[in-house]
Amino acid sequence: MALLEIDNLAVDIPLSDGPLHAVNGVSFSLERGETLAIVGESGSGKSMTSLALMNLLPKQARRRADRLVFDGADLMEAPEARMRALRGNRMAMIFQEPMTSLNPSYTIGNQLIEALRCHRTTGLAAARGRAVQLLEKVGITAATRRLNQYPHQLSGGLRQRVMIAMALMCGPDLIIADEPTTALDVTIQAQILHLLADLKKEFGMAMILISHDLGVVARVADKVAVMYAGRVVESGAARPLFKHPRHPYTRGLLNCIPAPGRTAPGTPLGAIPGQLPTLIGPQHGCAFRDRCAFAAPECAGDVPFVTTGPEHHVRCVRVDALEAAA
Amino acid sequence: MSEILLELRHVTRVFNLSQGIFRGAATLMAVADVSLTVKRGEVFALVGESGSGKTTVAKMLLGLLPPTSGEILIGGRPIGANDRIAISRRVQPIFQDPYSSLNPRKSVAQLIALPLVVHGVDDRASRRAKVLEMLDLVGLSRRHYNTYPGQLSGGQRQRVAIARALILRPEVVICDEPTSALDVSVQAQILNLLLELKRELGLTYFFISHNLAVVEHLADRVAVMYLGRFVEERSRAGLFATPRHPYTRALLESVLTPDPDLGVPDTRIGTTIVGGDTGCPFNPRCPSAIDMCRTTIPAVRALPDGWTTCHLVEKEAVPVP
Repeated sequence: MALLEIDNLAVDIPLSDGPLHAVNGVSFSLERGETLAIVGESGSGKSMTSLALMNLLPKQARRRADRLVFDGADLMEAPEARMRALRGNRMAMIFQEPMTSLNPSYTIGNQLIEALRCHRTTGLAAARGRAVQLLEKVGITAATRRLNQYPHQLSGGLRQRVMIAMALMCGPDLIIADEPTTALDVTIQAQILHLLADLKKEFGMAMILISHDLGVVARVADKVAVMYAGRVVESGAARPLFKHPRHPYTRGLLNCIPAPGRTAPGTPLGAIPGQLPTLIGPQHGCAFRDRCAFAAPECAGDVPFVTTGPEHHVRCVRVDALEAAA
Repeated sequence: MSEILLELRHVTRVFNLSQGIFRGAATLMAVADVSLTVKRGEVFALVGESGSGKTTVAKMLLGLLPPTSGEILIGGRPIGANDRIAISRRVQPIFQDPYSSLNPRKSVAQLIALPLVVHGVDDRASRRAKVLEMLDLVGLSRRHYNTYPGQLSGGQRQRVAIARALILRPEVVICDEPTSALDVSVQAQILNLLLELKRELGLTYFFISHNLAVVEHLADRVAVMYLGRFVEERSRAGLFATPRHPYTRALLESVLTPDPDLGVPDTRIGTTIVGGDTGCPFNPRCPSAIDMCRTTIPAVRALPDGWTTCHLVEKEAVPVP
């Protein structure tokens, strides 16, 4: 049985001029030990999706789903007390900016120990021992001394490692990492991604990686879901998806990044013209059609998923025409 | 093409850090003995991790920060402490975050025209004409004339920032991470625009970035900075084909291209950025450091297309690209 199953998840935010459809019909499943990457630009709904499954959405947001099941438990029906028992315990989150997600007025040790003692009746000494052990595991030297330090005394890379150690304190089944390396330097980014991959293997965790960086996603993910304007437009195993992207948006995104060998220095990059459409009010047809070079009249109608390969799904009615043109 | 437009000669910048009233002030050497030349029409890129001093160099070039020692020349003339206005005629900045670099209370027209107002150039009518011309040039619609930054997307805001930087027709534009805050598709639009404007207006760019794929795409020369020092300065082709300094190599290895066949690289350099007390500043993190690296500061070694500072350069075979 899959660890996490999401079917037809939607998040609406009521505004004065109609509901904003932040997430619209998102479905995926995740097995233990698997890494799913959700890729998309700002406003695509990738963070909202992860907040929706943790039930951490902003107060006014409305969540709907046909199915939202984590390890056999229905999260749609779960009361807040049950969610609280799951969050930080069975499902943990790593946020982008470690400075704002660590409390500046408590020591690292305090915060790590609290994360465990919130959910377990572990003694202080044992909790302290686990904190030290995990800090060492995430590659922090002099871990015992670090326990008494405050977040501001650590560098960005170290703070992110502390965040990861904190997420691991209860031995979660699922880690949601929301842009875990975006605020870090490239050399540190590589180290943190390495660390996440090793830990995932060691503890058999599943991971949802949320990122806008196609380079990070290609290197780390088993499965990928590309989101645009609140919908998943293409999903599948990472290898075929990157080797042979089918949706015009995925192709456009990949063409936007300068890549040695493919793009000659100084030549124009393949930009996607236009901007994200408004997500307020009724949504119909393909949200990408106004920016798409392959758009046709039928793109304004219903756009179902087309299966183009084993576990490779594309939400595009022009996928065959696109293939013929390529 | 060969005229030298910007020059730094042994520039050092030291900051005094207050450590509280009972302790003496500590000093931080943000930029240490940096020399560089930028030729007209060139894109000179500066790369390095955060805290390496990239932005301090940019601020000194803009005249916003005087160097502690050393000399900065623009068009062959040394600049003094009070030349900020004069410098801004020839050198203009584009900053990283268009959400904080544009005053939200000013309209797009006011923002773009501000340099003209500051320099007392033109009357009202011709300022308006120039602003409209700039809107066309950076790919904004004329209906944006009276809008406010709050009504614009990130990419549009960055276009406003570019229009403001170019309205005085400067010779050099200092781009400090101009696309880091933008989405991937918008980043490509802005990079294309910058390249187009460079060709059209004959601009020279001093380009600061931590994104090496972007640097490889648009730079002519690249300098790598580590803890306030340049460790390697090369032509773009040379640096990316045969990086000679171990730090440059680690940076290049860390670049993640969207290739699902490759895993996450192991750069084997630690996270703690602390300079060695003696010797090469990179030695505590260097995977190939030898005893000499801990005791002696490496001298500048000339390479066919630039130079580097590493003891190990002669000892290594030149890697084949």
